[in-house]
Amino acid sequence: MDLADTSEEREFRARLREWLAKTLPTLGPKPSPDDWPGRRAHDLGWQRMLYDAGYAGLHWPTDAGGRGATPTRHLIFLEETERAGAPYVGAGFVGLLHAGPTIAAEGTAGQRARWLPPILRGEEVWCQGFSEPDAGSDLAALRTRAWRDGDDYVVSGSKIWTSHAEVADWCELLVRTDPAAAKHRGITWLALPMDAPGITVRPLRTLAGSAEFAEVFLDEVRVPVANRVGDENDGWRVTMVTLSFERGTAFVGEVVACRRVLGQLAREARRNGSWDDPVLRRRLGRLNAEFRALWRLTQWNVSEAQASGGVPGVGGSVFKLRYSQARQELYDAAATVLGDAALDLDRPWVLDRLSSLSYTIAAGTSQIQHNIVAERILGLPKGR
Amino acid sequence: MRFQLSEDQRALRAGVRELLARRFDAEALRAAVGRPGLDRALWRELGEAGFFALRLPEADGGVGLGLPEAVLAFEEAGRALLPGPLIATHLAAGSVPGAAAGETVVADVDGGLVEWLADADVVRGGGARLPRPEVSGEPGEPGKPGKPGEPGEPGEPKGAVPLRSVDPLTPLHRWTGGAAWPPDPVAVLLTAAEQLGTATRVCELAVQHARTREQFGQPIGAFQAIKHLCAGMLVRAETARAAVYAAAVTADPLDIAAARLLADEAALRSTRDCLQVHGGMGFTWESEVHLHLKRAWVRAQRGGGDTESEESLAAELVD
Repeated sequence: MDLADTSEEREFRARLREWLAKTLPTLGPKPSPDDWPGRRAHDLGWQRMLYDAGYAGLHWPTDAGGRGATPTRHLIFLEETERAGAPYVGAGFVGLLHAGPTIAAEGTAGQRARWLPPILRGEEVWCQGFSEPDAGSDLAALRTRAWRDGDDYVVSGSKIWTSHAEVADWCELLVRTDPAAAKHRGITWLALPMDAPGITVRPLRTLAGSAEFAEVFLDEVRVPVANRVGDENDGWRVTMVTLSFERGTAFVGEVVACRRVLGQLAREARRNGSWDDPVLRRRLGRLNAEFRALWRLTQWNVSEAQASGGVPGVGGSVFKLRYSQARQELYDAAATVLGDAALDLDRPWVLDRLSSLSYTIAAGTSQIQHNIVAERILGLPKGR
Repeated sequence: MRFQLSEDQRALRAGVRELLARRFDAEALRAAVGRPGLDRALWRELGEAGFFALRLPEADGGVGLGLPEAVLAFEEAGRALLPGPLIATHLAAGSVPGAAAGETVVADVDGGLVEWLADADVVRGGGARLPRPEVSGEPGEPGKPGKPGEPGEPGEPKGAVPLRSVDPLTPLHRWTGGAAWPPDPVAVLLTAAEQLGTATRVCELAVQHARTREQFGQPIGAFQAIKHLCAGMLVRAETARAAVYAAAVTADPLDIAAARLLADEAALRSTRDCLQVHGGMGFTWESEVHLHLKRAWVRAQRGGGDTESEESLAAELVD
């Protein structure tokens, strides 16, 4: 057991710190949450800076244009960029973390050459068309249909929870190509150009009041067969390959950020006097323990992934269950510190508290994650 | 960074598990419950195996290993419900003659309670040897209560009162010596390791039961209500594991405080959930579950409970 950086890791960290200190002051101000074109430009501008400095696609394989970094090095990158206050991937999320890795693993040479470089250079934005109104936790029940018509698929249906749909160039889309097959076996993965005729994007307002997601309606949209990644009806497997790129690093920046918020919270409590309440103080002490442990769990999972050659361990679901709850507890504690001000949307942490409610739902609800842990890790029988 | 266990560490863990499976199996556990008192032969065997001398330098006749290895060994002891003042004796190795070899049994005063006082050859507080305390009263009698909470001088114990311990495998005395010593951080960490062992073990017990016990025509583990209890136990154990192992590597007092909070929570909540999964059988004396639960309660109370760890972690936030 060793938690120290190796000499190469130390050198990588130092070089990155130096670059961040030099580069971040040149980055423009963060656009407002409702300014989607502004957010796209900001996020892609940052991606371009990373690309020029050799940090783009750090964890991607080298034959896909990435840097082939080890999970540990990727962890250092995410830790240091968050500490320095650098932007997270933002609009680049789906391209860099889902669609890109899928194309890298399953695409043809031509598809890789077409789609991967613009993702790395910060030129094209991808969104994700997986979930549907009637296919949430049961994703394989998706019903958006695609028919072959000559060299095209004709796609009709609707998708939901699509982030960045308003500003995306491409959508990684799951469609049903064989309604007669078992539900996991009739699905196909397509790259949908978002400027194709027949696409309607309708922003979806969340309980936090902002339009972070959209619904995407598809009415006989034509997608070239050449845009299919993997075989027809093999899209479920193709999609699961994407998930194997998750190496325990998905929430690294967020854990670092939560620890920073916790410190701010304690200082605010001392300022407004609530720090004198031992119950509150100990609650914050416990949260400190919690986020320290989550950081250690991240290091543990990354270390396991590194040892297994990049194959993800079983730690992802364990981490997500614990982290999503801890994040909600953090912002509930913030509300206690704020008192009446916790009802004022203009105060810090109030919107974060609302947003934190999505964490036990998005990317696999806590109930589904518990099933995964129970069945795949503990080996309990499948059932109702 | 290479956080996982090394080959040597895996081998050490397997060795301790094998030793305890051989020398302290389910039958021995049952026997110990029925026959209170420390098994001196087992104590010497632990000594011979290097359990107490694990961190003592080789030059001093020890095994020369570090905190991570000690944590792995105590996690196994926790799993197996191994009785005795293991941590006190481990900490005394090298300074109390015979402790390293398992010839001497050492008890520590670190708060309001003392474990294994009557069986101990040596009593220590704050790392220093104390005169044999006067024991007054019998378990279950009010005895002479002394003046708990009133500070006295270290090294001037007034006495101890036996109580009827909730854990049949941990005899307890209430300390009326007045003095209280802050717990040794290593003792706190090794307690967390024992709690981690318990949290892991009760998760396994619950899963075994859920796979084999059938109701409504299927294993109860097929029901989501049971699955989610079991999954929650694993999540707690694995989160605590990361915290405990990291604290063993850094030996940082705040890492140790965090490890303690996580490990106590995992042991306390998971022993409850294990009992729940076992249903009525879990409520019986015959089942092993209550022994894990009661030991977890005893360990969580060491050093006066969790408050100090919570406060130190809170204080760090505003430093």
